[in-house]
Amino acid sequence: MVQRIRLRYTKRGRLRFTSHRDFQRAFERALRRAEVPMAYSAGFTPHPKVSYANAAPTGTGSEAEYLEIQLAERRDVDRLRELLDESLPAGLDVVDAVEACTSSFADRLEASVWELRLEGVDVAEAEKAVAAFLAAETVEVQRLTKNGMRTFDARGAVRRLEALPAPADRPGDGACAILRLVVRHVTPAVRPDDVLSGLRATADLAPPVPAAVTRLAQGLLDEETGTVTDPLAPDRDGAPAASTAAAGPTAAQQVPEGSG
Amino acid sequence: MPVESVFPRLEALLPHVQKPIQYVGGELNSTVKDWDACDVRWALMYPDAYEVGLPNQGVMILYEVLNEQEGVLAERTYSVWPDLEELMRKHGVPQFTVDSHRPVGAFDLFGMSFSTELGYTNMLAALELGDIPLESKDRTVDHPIVVAGGHAAFNPEPIADFIDCAVVGDGEQAVLEMTRIVREWKAEGRPGGRDEVLLRLARTGGVYVPRFYDVEYLADGRIARVVPNRSGVPWRVSKHTVMDLDEWPYPKQPLVPLAETVHERMSVEIFRGCTRGCRFCQAGMITRPVRERSITGIGEMVEKGLKATGFEEVGLLSLSSADHTEIGDIAKGLADRYEEDKIGLSLPSTRVDAFNIDLANELTRNGRRSGLTFAPEGGSERIRKVINKMVSEEDLIRTVATAYGNGWRQVKLYFMCGLPTETDDDVLQIADMATKVIQKGREVSKSNDIRCTVSIGGFVPKPHTPFQWAPQLSAEETDARLEKLRDKIRGDKKYGRSIGFRYHDGKPGIVEGLLSRGDRRIGAVIRAVYEDGGRFDGWREHFSYDRWMKCAEETLPQFGVDVAWYTTRERTYEEVLPWDHLDSGLDKDWLWEDWQDALDETEVDDCRWTPCFDCGVCPQMDTSIQIGPTGKKLLPLSVKK
Repeated sequence: MVQRIRLRYTKRGRLRFTSHRDFQRAFERALRRAEVPMAYSAGFTPHPKVSYANAAPTGTGSEAEYLEIQLAERRDVDRLRELLDESLPAGLDVVDAVEACTSSFADRLEASVWELRLEGVDVAEAEKAVAAFLAAETVEVQRLTKNGMRTFDARGAVRRLEALPAPADRPGDGACAILRLVVRHVTPAVRPDDVLSGLRATADLAPPVPAAVTRLAQGLLDEETGTVTDPLAPDRDGAPAASTAAAGPTAAQQVPEGSG
Repeated sequence: MPVESVFPRLEALLPHVQKPIQYVGGELNSTVKDWDACDVRWALMYPDAYEVGLPNQGVMILYEVLNEQEGVLAERTYSVWPDLEELMRKHGVPQFTVDSHRPVGAFDLFGMSFSTELGYTNMLAALELGDIPLESKDRTVDHPIVVAGGHAAFNPEPIADFIDCAVVGDGEQAVLEMTRIVREWKAEGRPGGRDEVLLRLARTGGVYVPRFYDVEYLADGRIARVVPNRSGVPWRVSKHTVMDLDEWPYPKQPLVPLAETVHERMSVEIFRGCTRGCRFCQAGMITRPVRERSITGIGEMVEKGLKATGFEEVGLLSLSSADHTEIGDIAKGLADRYEEDKIGLSLPSTRVDAFNIDLANELTRNGRRSGLTFAPEGGSERIRKVINKMVSEEDLIRTVATAYGNGWRQVKLYFMCGLPTETDDDVLQIADMATKVIQKGREVSKSNDIRCTVSIGGFVPKPHTPFQWAPQLSAEETDARLEKLRDKIRGDKKYGRSIGFRYHDGKPGIVEGLLSRGDRRIGAVIRAVYEDGGRFDGWREHFSYDRWMKCAEETLPQFGVDVAWYTTRERTYEEVLPWDHLDSGLDKDWLWEDWQDALDETEVDDCRWTPCFDCGVCPQMDTSIQIGPTGKKLLPLSVKK
């Protein structure tokens, strides 16, 4: 291994239904098509060295998925990003790449910013539900996991939650509210779906159609402001990661609105 | 007329179903053409789940051949699982194509590829979900022409009510000819409606339109005759044969799905057809003659296909891949070329001989030698003569000895149960064979850590084979025979532990047998099963034998026949078979002689290496054997950076 490269990629539009396993296969084929000189693991069935971090659930869109690849030969980072982006189907887009010069990247993914589009839900109604949710100390929700039905708190991990009106230029008409959610990565993970269950539990908020959910950013969480910062910034700056400093511009503000 | 995508409505349902990715399309190398810029539009269906249907070579080839044509578009559709079907019915979302999510009812032609008869209920589900009347007679000029193809279409009579036409044989040129006819008819303003376009198709002699043939029955239930009821419609419909595979290097851009599918590899068909003459094998009989793709043509397809897909494995497909005249050079050439790229090579369908071990060694130069598969098909020397599977026990033992000696740890052996003239003893000899394999294996490998797995299923007699007259063994007798075999293997104290035993019970085979050799009266059974909820009959968890038997008991007595009449009854020489008017090129008298030879335990050679034995295909279809060697080699590709 002579070079490590960290990539940010998206799951947009209909390809948000790609599961993580599906993505892994598609990505490894894209590596072959793009003729990326991958470093391989040893053994009878060598695998290209790719580490994935914290994948978004199947069915949710994302503007901020991350992975790291190890190369056996050096490559120009920007050119590599272009090649990989061209090799993946539209919707799975490689949007950022940096050469890794820091360690413990996964630790920098402390929190996520999510957008939940609630068609058929009035903004005022959403605001009321959000207020009730935030006012609660804990909000118990249930989710079916591999080990059966599990009950856990959906409130504690939520750092920020706000209801916004949908942008005026959106397609369709009728009521639509947007939720902006900042949630810490904890175990068990609290997903946007769990927060929706929580809103239903505390305020009876029941969207008539499934929410369109998109991850807008992942990164270090500034507890004070509740903003999430670009996890690739320390590598871009060529500086070792400082666990508390909020280096670089906040990712949350860089992300295009309403994609997916 | 604008045709809208149903995707926005479908999208709302997808969060509630398993594996939604299979319904969204967007596969690498898929094609979406401008609907309004095309005047002939095909929906192509493989009537099984996406994970099985997507890798299907037939659909992939036709999809590409059609989309290459100016003004023609082809989109794909697959069976939706019951969870989505229920939601689609509830919300009024029609059967859609995955490419641009158009309703299948909006296309001009709706082609379905049947590798097996077990897709028939799924066809009905797709038609009904697509708002297309189930029966041909109820369709109007605005409905698509429903076309059946694939191996099962060689006897389309059980689905004659539901399809508008069937095409037998290779589809590449046939779909282009059909496209031309439909295009002309549309350009003329669709004169004469649906009947007229079907008549034009039927008059080509290569498209079977069931409505133009009347079936007359004898008092005892057998068919008296099948007669064309329109002038210009041929008495027999011919199969299509593509000659020169090098001119048809499809798929050039194989589809690469995001969803996981049953075959994740770059497949290249290295030849079509087989003249080994195994008497049970429908594929080998209906795809004659042998037509090889050249070694250089194969090399080029592999190279372009790998670039286009990024697959890590190449499959060299055919009915018996080791029979390619230059297979050794092909395997070595490809292994040399891709040794550095960690590309695996696989060779499904190989014969039992030592040459294949050399090949298998070549294909696994750096990899682990886990398992090799052979198909002796019959347990005794006698039964192998009956089925014309010419492999002796010495051959087999010598082959497995070489395999274990070369480091292979497991040998899988495939067999059939219920072959014509078979007795318990023929099947029980499988256990003896497996014991000898293990004995020999332990001896040459000097290890007890080797295995032999016996895999066995029930034999189903198929149309256009010498066994088309044979009685099928009942499910009860099949199961009883398999149980005896299982007990014998398990009872072997010394070697039994090293022998794995896998078997399929006899019940699904009876339903397959009913559909394989059925006639038009079976349509009522299929419809009743569908309406009772039957779907995905090829899947054990969805298949219901009891439902099929119940529906057969309800629908068949009116015709004076029953399931046994279709399955376990032996046919005679004079009987008009339901598929006699579909011409596979095989001379019926030759098939009958071969059936008699089978009963006499007489073997027949392969006409690639011995004089023609007059099966009839080449003169009848004006085709000929196309084989090498070409003497060419696969040169190394230019040095890669």
